[in-house]
Amino acid sequence: MARVLLFGRLADQAGWRDRTVEAGSIADLRRTLADGDAALGEALAGPGVQVAVDKAIVRGEAVLAAGTEVAFLPPMSGG
Amino acid sequence: MTTLPSISLTAQAFEPGALLTTFCAGRDETGAVASFVGLARAERGQATALELEAYPGFTDAAIAAFAEEAKARFALQDYRIVHRIGRIAPGEAIVFVATAAGHRRAAFEACDFLMDYLKSRAPFWKKEHGPDGERWIEPTARDRTDAERWD
Repeated sequence: MARVLLFGRLADQAGWRDRTVEAGSIADLRRTLADGDAALGEALAGPGVQVAVDKAIVRGEAVLAAGTEVAFLPPMSGG
Repeated sequence: MTTLPSISLTAQAFEPGALLTTFCAGRDETGAVASFVGLARAERGQATALELEAYPGFTDAAIAAFAEEAKARFALQDYRIVHRIGRIAPGEAIVFVATAAGHRRAAFEACDFLMDYLKSRAPFWKKEHGPDGERWIEPTARDRTDAERWD
């Protein structure tokens, strides 16, 4: 079980920003999210979207333990 | 003396003058404090509000890591950063940065350096609300070149 957070335009597109999803890895999580919402799955894989696992940027794969927080971060705008 | 936080993200409007007064208090070896206040622009009616989203625990940690780098680079004694999040009306303060150093050059430059980072690279997501709806904003080319001056 991972806690999934969406930010910026990704949250607007999905219509949610915080959800618990059953997934054992990032790839697994991407598949599950894309199965429920294909357009979101595409957006999450889009250019400039970064992934943070427990608030640290991860490039590539990561194993998700119970309660792991996964955030999808679209390009940051600055303040 | 109580220790004040160096970085705050707040959904409440803040008063920059009060922050500066507090930051300047009790310094007898500082010599120079520089400060900057960024305000939300109305863009002649095109921007009715600005909305800033942060990732608590991630955004503040990223800003803190960068600010500590700035502190070392410019030999700052101290700094204070306050950044609004949530919905911000035109004319309200979005960001306050103050830097304290022994002499003015370091204080000015560090303040400029921190602002270039906050405007272009800090992890925020910004949406502009206007008469024609809302749109997400990405950093401008100008913001990027400003930040690259320091690389």
